[in-house]
Formats: sequence, structure tokens, C-alpha cells
Amino acid sequence: MADLRNTFVGIKSPNPFWLASAPPTDKAYNVERAFKAGWGGVVWKTLGEEGPPVVNVNGPRYGAIWGADRRLLGLNNIELITDRPLQVNLQEMKQVKMNWPDRALVASIMVPCEENAWKSILPLVEETGADGIELNFGCPHGMSERGMGSAVGQVPEYIEMVVRWCKQYTRMPVITKLTPNITDIRKPARAAKAGGTDAVSLINTINSIVSVDLDTFAPTPTVGGKGSHGGYCGPAVKPIALNMVAEIARDPETYGLPISGIGGITTWRDAAEFLALGAGNVQVCTAAMTYGFKIVQEMISGLSDWMDEKGHRSLDDIIARAVPNTTDWQYLNLNYVAKAHIDQDACIKCGRCHIACEDTSHQAITALVDGARHFEVIEEECVGCNLCVNVCPVENCITMNALPAGSIDRRTGKPVDPNYANWTTHPNNPMARQAAE
Amino acid sequence: MGTSISGIRGDRLSSADYEKNFSDLHPPLDRHQALVAADRCYFCYDAPCMTACPTSIDIPMFIRQISTGNAVGAAKTIFDQNILGGMCARVCPTETLCEQACVRNTAEDRPVEIGLLQRHATDTAMEKNIQFYPRPERTRHRIAVVGAGPAGLACAHRLAMNGHDVIIFDARVKPGGLNEYGIATYKTTDDFAQREVDYVLAIGGIEIRNGQKLGRDFTLGELAENFDAVFLGIGLAGVNALRIEGEQLSGVEDAVDFIAALRQVEDKADIAIGRRVVVIGGGMTAIDAAVQAKLLGAEEVTICYRRGKEDMNASEFEQELATSKGVMIRHWLQPKRVIGKDGKVAGIEVEYTEMQDGKLQGTGETGILAADQIFKAIGQTFDPTCVPNLRLDGGRIAVDAEGKTSMARVWAGGDCVKAGEDLTVTSVAQGRDAADSINRALAAAANPAVAVA
Repeated sequence: MADLRNTFVGIKSPNPFWLASAPPTDKAYNVERAFKAGWGGVVWKTLGEEGPPVVNVNGPRYGAIWGADRRLLGLNNIELITDRPLQVNLQEMKQVKMNWPDRALVASIMVPCEENAWKSILPLVEETGADGIELNFGCPHGMSERGMGSAVGQVPEYIEMVVRWCKQYTRMPVITKLTPNITDIRKPARAAKAGGTDAVSLINTINSIVSVDLDTFAPTPTVGGKGSHGGYCGPAVKPIALNMVAEIARDPETYGLPISGIGGITTWRDAAEFLALGAGNVQVCTAAMTYGFKIVQEMISGLSDWMDEKGHRSLDDIIARAVPNTTDWQYLNLNYVAKAHIDQDACIKCGRCHIACEDTSHQAITALVDGARHFEVIEEECVGCNLCVNVCPVENCITMNALPAGSIDRRTGKPVDPNYANWTTHPNNPMARQAAE
Repeated sequence: MGTSISGIRGDRLSSADYEKNFSDLHPPLDRHQALVAADRCYFCYDAPCMTACPTSIDIPMFIRQISTGNAVGAAKTIFDQNILGGMCARVCPTETLCEQACVRNTAEDRPVEIGLLQRHATDTAMEKNIQFYPRPERTRHRIAVVGAGPAGLACAHRLAMNGHDVIIFDARVKPGGLNEYGIATYKTTDDFAQREVDYVLAIGGIEIRNGQKLGRDFTLGELAENFDAVFLGIGLAGVNALRIEGEQLSGVEDAVDFIAALRQVEDKADIAIGRRVVVIGGGMTAIDAAVQAKLLGAEEVTICYRRGKEDMNASEFEQELATSKGVMIRHWLQPKRVIGKDGKVAGIEVEYTEMQDGKLQGTGETGILAADQIFKAIGQTFDPTCVPNLRLDGGRIAVDAEGKTSMARVWAGGDCVKAGEDLTVTSVAQGRDAADSINRALAAAANPAVAVA
């Protein structure tokens, strides 16, 4: 059976599934339940500085978008960091860590961008026995208006400065949590590394308005007639998160920097994809908030069974395995030719492939053949774009098949070139011609 | 309360049982159920369900409208093609039409619940009495429609939409035709047929004259003379006879009369039903009669059909409905003789049948089924005596593709023409299309220069 034990910046946990800093990890009651359900670790909901705690709105804090059958696809929140007194959180953290020594317990922290603020809270956290700290530079609503959260995460110099303070004033491993609300995720990651961070975690939530109430003409969630942007998370953000994780994983300047992957992870498969793109472990929130803590059992068994089936013995066998295969567009092989193929036995004749291709793409799928409803790829027109695969409701009904080298591409009438050739050397590329001269 | 003693009698059940038995066969979807059901639609290209619908309702579009919370818009999509979409949602054999064509059958053997979704949409609009079709400026053309059934109502509505004045003549006390008199009670509860007639008539410009029978109170020639056009949607007035000994005995009844009586009666306990009932026939009428006989408290209900299961006109779904209610369906049996006692039915002698050289024949082996009531449901026939001048085809009024009869300015549609399926939805399509044809003809006559050009 596959070994799911995880060591992330020296922090050990029985599996790579942590709960992200968020409402599910706000107090001992929830975290105890999470550990009982099997979660490998938690990042305790963000602590603020000593003094009167933050206050939350007393109306709706969440908004959502749904897919078919009201399946929750994206969640938006305007909740702030913990609104409980610091001492209460610290006492509970200490007790929970004592009760569950084999689980990871990391404290998320957000205090003002002043050296003293960080210097004074770090020993208090260290005293709880927490395994590490996560710097919340990601929260995009409320706290950012006060110069914290994503307001810090959007300024690489601040990131580097605060990380440096933390490394100076605590022995605990430092994980820097990044905001996706920037143009190039590599910049804050590089800054965190320059400051000496042990790892980065990403993504935090994305600035969002999930919907507008068309009766009141106010964004949701609506608090007393007004709405504010919130932080977007859940399955809908996974592709954005995967890309950002991969960007950091393959950036030469941050190569090898441990990454805790976050963003829409709902199933074992999502988790495996993050690991493959370079995450050393994963953090989950929305899926737990949608279905409860029990989902971790599906994640554990799914990941383990898949690893067994594929012969991967430990997480090290899969972590970052997809990073070498992640490249820039300019290095994609332009001599690779694929054509869609429709399995007529699996086809239910809904015609969505046809209308998608006919209306919006390359007119490469029939609707009628000899007067009968029949959907078939016209290879002379097919550019292999994959749209039909994506709109087909039946899994594996349409597949993309690579043409063997030497065979004729009926669209161009030319044989498929066996050699790898990309844009950098393509004759149509003016830069390529320059390079050749 | 309730009784199972022999003979033909009412009051076999408690009033609670009557109410339960004759409640809605398929309760309507609530909003949440409708959203869940609508989510299953793939929004197919050139959707097979739409092709399978005789009125060509844009089914993927109306389901998409439901899924986005626009059930009223969905209703308009339906009514654009089929103004009786509410009734069709209840009585269409969707299992052999749209739902049979649904691609979900291929994927998972369970179609999108199109009929229930259509009902959800049309109920929503009708409950709010939203009228989608304004009455345009009057054309001053007057058109006579004979028969206020599905074909006549659909025709009249489409004509009114085009500004024409319509007078509908109907022989019965109430309008609606088979919707009012010919459909099982549990398929159209709460007086839906009349509510639908009111909804259709709300467009204005349509007058209904009840108790007016073609051939008795007026002639086709008179109509053709006094109106700009005539549409005949007169259905099938005749009922096939068994033509066997004992048919005249008390207790031998036409299934259509039984079904009509059930629809009209206030208290179901007033409908007398036998303890042992035999229904002769294999179509929808046989099923409707048999199921309702059972629901009225008959102890034993047997359908005798002279051919095999696959030959039955009743759909698979209807057959299953009957057996689930406790009706016994027996195949390869034909009636030989009704056996009487004291002038009343006591049983029926039946003979086994078989196919020999492509012909149905009795085998000579006979048996007797005890019965105190026998319903005949072996088909209805067109009575041509009221339209003596019209050319017939296969015993019904001959029409061209647009519904034109052999007589100038006379159109026909519905069960009285030979097109075949005898379905409500087909009648609606024919009435609607005949109206369009009438409209074109009137426009061409009014503006011959355009017609020539």
C-alpha cells in the first residue's frame, strides 16, 4: 500500500491533506473533528495581534455559483481573520497539538506591517507547540483595506521584509501564503524566497463578485443593501491555482522552493494534480465547507489506490513529476498532429460536437450522412482543437488521436514530420529568422 | 364503506379511496424538481425530441428556459407551436414520442422528463393567466370551425391570432372534445380541460356555440356559403360493434361512453361498475376503461385482445400502468358470444386465436370468462353521413398536406382525417397547420396581385 506520509518543510503529517486557514480551522471544536475524520494537518485560522479582535459582518458572508443540480462550483467570502481573542486561540492550539501530536498544526498570522507587531506575536505562537507559521499575505477583502493581507502580498518588497523578520524572530518554519491578485505570481514568490521563507502556499482567494441580485441591484452576498467584493475559491479556481503553482515550480529562481498547493481541491484527483505540478502537500477548504470533513477519507483512499495501481510507493514518486512537461507555448511541437475521433458505439447523437464545431470552429463534424443523423469527424477540416471532446457529454466518446509520423494529414495534404519543431525555429517567426542569421 | 358484491353497482369504495384513485397520475414537478429535471437536458443540436414531437415544440429551448428560472418564457416557446401544450403535457404518450427520442435513453436508459417539464412550464403561465398572443386588428374574415376538440381549438386560436373571427360549433354540452370527454380522469384532474379552453379563448374573437351538430342543426353547404372558410375537426362519432351474439344484453357498454361519464360525474361513487369486468380491445381506450374500472373498485378486470402484446396500440407504458393497477391483460383471445342470465351479462365466451399464413384465425379452442360488465373498445369510426359531399380516404375525410378537403374553402384535421395516429398532439398540429393554410388562402384572395406576382 502506498505510503502517504508527508514531510513538508520538516513538518510531519500522516497524509498530505491539510485544512487551509479558514472557518473550518477557527477553533478547537472544528479542528478536533477534522483530525478525527482523518485530516493530516490544519493551518489554524489566521490570528491577529493582541487586543480587541476584528469584527465580522452580521449578515451573509458567503456567495456562490452553481453548476447543474446546484453543485457548488465557486464560493466567495467576505469573512475576516479570526474574531476570537488571541489568547483563546493560542490556548486551544496548544491543547489540540497536545491531543494530536502526529498531526500538523500550523498557525496562520496576520499582523500590521511593523517589525514589533511580528516580533511580539511569534513567541506566543511558538509557545503553543505549533509546527510552523503561515504568513497571510493573501486575504483580499477587509484586512487588505487596512494594509494587511493581500495589500502586503501585492508588494514584493513588503513580503521579503516581513518574511525576513519572521525568520529572524522564530525557529518555526515559515510558509508564505501568496495572493493570486497580482499579474505575475513569480515576483512575490521570488521575494518570499529572498526573505528566507521555507515555503510558499498558494493560492489565496481571488477578488470576486459572484452575482448581482437583480431585484435589489446589489452584489451578493448583500449586507444591508450593499455588497463588497469577496475572495473566490472552490472548484472554479483550481485551474488558476494549478497554473500559479506550476509557474513557481518551474521558475529557475524559485526552483525547488517547497509549495503548499491550495485552490479548489475537492477530490484525490485534484490533489494529485497539484502534487504533480510541484506542490509538496495540499490544503483544502471549500470542499470541506461544502461536504464536511469526511471527504478526506475519499481523498486518502483515492490517492492511495491510484498510487498502488500505478506503482508509486511514496509521495516523492509523484511530486513535481509534471513540472518538466510544463513549458511555454513557444516550445510546443508544431509538427504534432492530432485528429478527433468519435466512437460511434458510445455516441448518443446529441449533436453538441457538431454544432460547437459548425458554429464556432472549423466545420469539421458532420450532422447528416446519407440522410441519417450521424456525427463524424471530417479529417480534411479537423485542426485537432479538442473543443468537441470538451463539449461531449459522454466520457471517452470523442478522443484525440495523434497521427503517426509519415502519415498524411488530410487537412494539409502533407505527411506528418517526425521531427520536433517549435515556434522558435518556425519560418513564420521573425525572431527565428533573426536568430538564424 | 365499500362493497365487492356481484352485479353492476356504484359505491364500491369509500370516498377517500375514490379521491385517491382518481387523483393526478403524475403529480406536477415543483420548482426544485423541475430545475433538477431540466439540468439533465443536453440541449442537443437539431434535437431528436423536437423532431419526434408532432407539433415540433422547441424542447431543448423551453427546458433551457426552465433551467434559468424562466418558466413563463418556456411556456411561450411551447404555446408558439402548440396552444394546447398543457393538455399534451398530460396526455401525450411521451414514451413513444419525445421521450423515446431523448438521447439520454442511449446514455442511461432514462430520458429527460419532457412531459412533466412541459407541464411545469405551461402550468406556471396558465396559473398566472399570462396571455402571450395579442389579438391583432380584425380582418373581418369569418371562419366556421366545427368541433371544439384539440384540432378545432388549435385551429381557432391560430386563426384568431391572425385577426380572423371564429365561430366554433360543437355538438356536445361542453367544449373540449376528447380532452373533455375522452381522456382518463386521472390524467386531467381539476377540470383542466375546461380551464384550458378558457385560456385558449381568452385571446378573443372566438365564439363557441354548443349543442350544434353538423348534419342535424346545419349543413356543410350552409357553412361554406356563409363563412369565408370552414374547418372540420369533428372527430370520430361512431364506435365499432362486436357483432356477436348477446351484444345487446344489459351490461355490454361502449368504453368511450364509460370514460366520458366518469369525466362528467360529480361523485365517482355514482358510476356503477361490475365486480368482474372484461374489456375487449388493445388500444388506449381499452386501457383507460380497464384501469378506471379497477380504480372504481371492480374486483377483477381483464383486457382481452385478439393479437399479441407487440400489436397493441396502447403503449408499453400504458400496458404497464394497467398491470400495475391490477388489470390482467390477456392476448390472443377474441370474443365469440356474450352469455346472459336474466337479460344481463353473466360472462363472455372467448376463442383463442393465432396467426396462420399472415392471417388472424380462431383456433377453435374456447373458454368462458365470468363477467357482469363488458366494455367494447375495439375502435371508433368516422361517420361520413354529416359530410355527404366530401371525398373520403380510408373511411375518413381526404385532405391534402395542408388539410384542404375536396370541397373549396373547407379544411379538416384531427381524428376525422386519415393521417393516422389519433393523438391529441397530432390533432393540434393539423388544426394549427390548417389555420395557417386558411390564412394564406384568405391573404392570397384578398390581394390577388401579390399572389400572381
